[in-house]
Amino acid sequence: MTGAGPTDLAAPGARPSAALDIARDVRSGSVSAADVVDRYLGAIDEIDGELHAFVTVLHDGARREAESVDLKVAAGGDPGPLAGVPVALKDNMCTRGVPTTCSSRILDGWCPPYDATVVQRLRAAGAIVIGKTNLDEFAMGSSTENSAFGPTRNPHDPARVPGGSSGGSAAAVAAGLAPLALGSDTGGSIRQPAALCGVVGMKPTYGTVSRYGLVAFASSLDQIGPLTTTVTESAVLFDVIGGQDPMDSTCLERPVPRTVSALADGVEGLRVGLVSELVDGVDGAVEARVREAAETLAGAGANVEEFSIPEFRHGLPAYYIVAPAEASSNLSRYDGVRYGLRVDAETAESMNAATRAAGFGAEVKRRIMLGTYALSAGYYDAYYGQAQKVRTLIIDALAVAYQRFDVLLGATTPTTAFAIGAKVDDPWAMYLSDVCTVPSNLAGHPAISIPFGPDDSGLPVGVQVLAPALGEPVMFQVAAVLELGAPVLGPPRVHAR
Amino acid sequence: MPGQPETGEPGSGTPSLTREDAAYVARLARIDLTDDELDLYAVQLAAVIGHAAEVAALDTEGVEPTAHPLPLRNVTRTDEPRPSLDRAEVLAQAPAVEDGRFRVPPILGEAL
Amino acid sequence: MTADSKSDRSSDKAAWEPVIGLEVHCELNTKTKLFCGCRNAFGDEPNTNVCPVCLGLPGSLPVLNIRAVEYAMRIGLALHCEIRPSIFHRKNYFYPDMPKDYQVSQYDAPINVNGWLELPDDSRVRIERAHMEEDTGKTSHIGGGGRIHDADHSLVDYNRAGVPLVEIVSAPDMRSSTQARLYASELRGILVATGASDGRMEEGSMRVDANVSVRPAGTFELGTRCEIKNLNSLRSLGRAIEYEIERQIGLVGAGDKVVQQTRHWNEDEGVTVALRSKEEAFDYRYFPEPDLVPVVPDASWQAEVAASIGPMPAERRDKLAGLLGPEPVSRARADQIATVVEHGLDGLVTAAAGAGVDAALALARTSNEASADPDAARRIEVASFVALLRMEQDGKLSATQSKTVLAEMLENGGDPAEIARRRGFEALDTGSLATVVAEVVAAHPDEWQRYVGGEDKLVGFFTGHVMRASNNRADGKAVAAELRRLRG
Ligand SMILES: [Mg+2]
Ligand SMILES: [Zn+2]
Repeated sequence: MTGAGPTDLAAPGARPSAALDIARDVRSGSVSAADVVDRYLGAIDEIDGELHAFVTVLHDGARREAESVDLKVAAGGDPGPLAGVPVALKDNMCTRGVPTTCSSRILDGWCPPYDATVVQRLRAAGAIVIGKTNLDEFAMGSSTENSAFGPTRNPHDPARVPGGSSGGSAAAVAAGLAPLALGSDTGGSIRQPAALCGVVGMKPTYGTVSRYGLVAFASSLDQIGPLTTTVTESAVLFDVIGGQDPMDSTCLERPVPRTVSALADGVEGLRVGLVSELVDGVDGAVEARVREAAETLAGAGANVEEFSIPEFRHGLPAYYIVAPAEASSNLSRYDGVRYGLRVDAETAESMNAATRAAGFGAEVKRRIMLGTYALSAGYYDAYYGQAQKVRTLIIDALAVAYQRFDVLLGATTPTTAFAIGAKVDDPWAMYLSDVCTVPSNLAGHPAISIPFGPDDSGLPVGVQVLAPALGEPVMFQVAAVLELGAPVLGPPRVHAR
Repeated sequence: MPGQPETGEPGSGTPSLTREDAAYVARLARIDLTDDELDLYAVQLAAVIGHAAEVAALDTEGVEPTAHPLPLRNVTRTDEPRPSLDRAEVLAQAPAVEDGRFRVPPILGEAL
Repeated sequence: MTADSKSDRSSDKAAWEPVIGLEVHCELNTKTKLFCGCRNAFGDEPNTNVCPVCLGLPGSLPVLNIRAVEYAMRIGLALHCEIRPSIFHRKNYFYPDMPKDYQVSQYDAPINVNGWLELPDDSRVRIERAHMEEDTGKTSHIGGGGRIHDADHSLVDYNRAGVPLVEIVSAPDMRSSTQARLYASELRGILVATGASDGRMEEGSMRVDANVSVRPAGTFELGTRCEIKNLNSLRSLGRAIEYEIERQIGLVGAGDKVVQQTRHWNEDEGVTVALRSKEEAFDYRYFPEPDLVPVVPDASWQAEVAASIGPMPAERRDKLAGLLGPEPVSRARADQIATVVEHGLDGLVTAAAGAGVDAALALARTSNEASADPDAARRIEVASFVALLRMEQDGKLSATQSKTVLAEMLENGGDPAEIARRRGFEALDTGSLATVVAEVVAAHPDEWQRYVGGEDKLVGFFTGHVMRASNNRADGKAVAAELRRLRG
């Protein structure tokens, strides 16, 4: 066997990892990838009717890929660090010949003629795409209720939302239907559902993971990232999918530092800023857990200090201008001409308008309207232009903060999982779910959410570690310590046996 | 500008949007909306714009906008051909095709 | 416009000054498209040069073609522009030939600004900007005679979608259709000279829109303008501007207002007509393209590009004029020079002149005979061309013979001496020439008397007869010299 076994990468004392165990066993030949895939497909078939984490399950495709991994092992080749590990993909990442829906009617029947770069990298690492997961339509939402195919349910309480928009991927990992998943994070869409489902969710530095093949929501904010059970898995998966891509002009040339090696370094002497704006005003139970997390880090030798970044208060309104504006343009191409849905009409213009009316759901229409308005003549400077200046203010404020601190700490979400239907009629109430996560997107910085025990009703709470651009190593270093010190969170009510 | 929404000065208080304003935006965005949808979006847009108005009122004198979080420059590729897609595969995805091309209903307006 | 308005003093053409600015889109000569590796080719089967990027498929992203940037810089440098740090914007509007329903174009930070173009009439037209953008696909209207408004449906081919364009926007500095044509023609010469574009208007690789307004002569405020589209030849450009000037003068002369609008030139009927367009089509919602990063050409990159382009047409014309001598060139010679430069055949003239051939002769053969087939002329061996002209100059071939040999060289190539020998071309030697001239003079005593009496134009008469008598082997200049000698 060539190369280091993946389990060698785990920090001492780290939580058990299904993904790394599978990769180790498949690489050594003691377990076949085909058996692994069958086991997960069986669990999906059994449970997913209740959760609806998946939009498409790739029974045949996954089995084919597993066979080719097993053949490679049998032939003595290196099947890659994630050999035989099933991965669930948010259904806004292109898969050649496999429907890619973005949970929207407007992409009805569309099969991309190409694979996203992350999909190519997963395959090269031996991972197996087992299915495409549900999301808020075009990743617009914080609850996965805005899916044309119906909502996904939270494995900890099926009456509640899993968060969003990567709710399908978060629920799949939490329920044990996939050891690893990818999501996309534009304003918190990986971290927020991770927090609500009790899994680890990480948004990388903008430009470290190729966006080629990720169906765009807001191009200057979108990043693909891992949803996993453990911090080690998050780091391993990030190392696999990251790196420059000639197909994405916004990818950084600079190689991403390998993050796995930082996991065991501890936090002795690290400076941690507890951001007032990310603890004050959040739900009491959430605040309590975040303060507990700060104590954990202090106990492990970090210097923790509370610190205010007032500019964070402008993050949400700025985000809800920038993201819809870019989205309004990115979603213009769904016009019924080249692919997907068409509603026929007398003229090309009325065909476009009828197709878009029938194909987009309410939230997507709302954001297209908002973004179109914000960019329209006479309003650009007041809204879009001003929001872009607020990004600068937030970046500058973070630069000041990072002169004093190595990482920042706060809540991932203002509340734990809420009931399905609770916020659908009040867009701004729903948008508030992203208040703690959007600053990292606006700045392009990395951030990770780690499960940190339950609230009073047993629902997962997430704490968030924020780091400066390309600060993934120190971010993972802190996350690993929090993971070790986290209070026990009970298993989800819905889970694979 | 005809149909221009009137929301008053940004940051000056509670903005309001009429159905006509919403209709102008829907035309720009090329989405057929019902009157009920227009009324609903007029109210909901005004609410979000109201929050944005707080940001609009900030003093950002001398602050440069950040269009992009990265300081990258001059990212280019060489002028070398790469394989194109198979036409049959491309056209198989289209709602209507004729003569190797994408078919659309007659076009009302001119390209500008 | 009407007979009545002609009698109205205020619609008198002289009372109004036309103001014209041109927007020229030129396709760049790159191998691939602006943002993807699909071939940039004209005339291929529809929808064969397409990929996820230029089809605007979900998830695809643009990556900028470096050659397109360098060609844009060449154009900017040739137009004396300042090259600036630039960014791309999205121009948002819906149209079936635009795969993403936005066009990626440079808006408020174009790569080239503030240049100028000097025309052969010595006027100077300012260039406001020359920016990069992507082309759209091609729509064909089916039924209704192919006209958009009567069509039954339309078909779209995206082969052209994403082809790199540079849009060159002039200041409103032109005052007549003649000057506008001169500008377009000179600009085309520059585009070709830089190697950035082939400048073919008929194939659509150079497309011109004209902004036309009129104002009372002697005033400075700009009038309301109309933009005219679909001008696909220099002739259409001139005619459309003429028509539009008259139309506008007719309107304002009659006390009406010109309405700002986009108009379409109808070549068959010779009129411009208003396009139907929706009011919101002007609200393009420009914003910086987040999928691309800024292009910031530093000094060394600019210098490298500058070094890669040769001299521009004006400079090349000056050089050819200089070969003819220090005095100003005549209108006819200037036209010959312009033709040679336009076809890129300066090398033939300079090589011949450098080898001691009379520059006027070299210019004449290049502009008249060689330019008849410029592609062939560019393939001809320079040494052979020079050898031919030397034979003519030395009297070994008559002018007519020389032209015949050149025609064959253009068609098949070959050595001029060899061709001349095969055709039996051989100029008369001085002795034989004198004999033939004497015989012709003897045969036409009346004409000879009139010539001796001072009627110089009879040189032509005698030369013609000598040519006939000698099977075109006599050189015209030598005949004239012999006649002068006989007259004494
Ligand atoms: Mg243009
Ligand atoms: Zn292409």
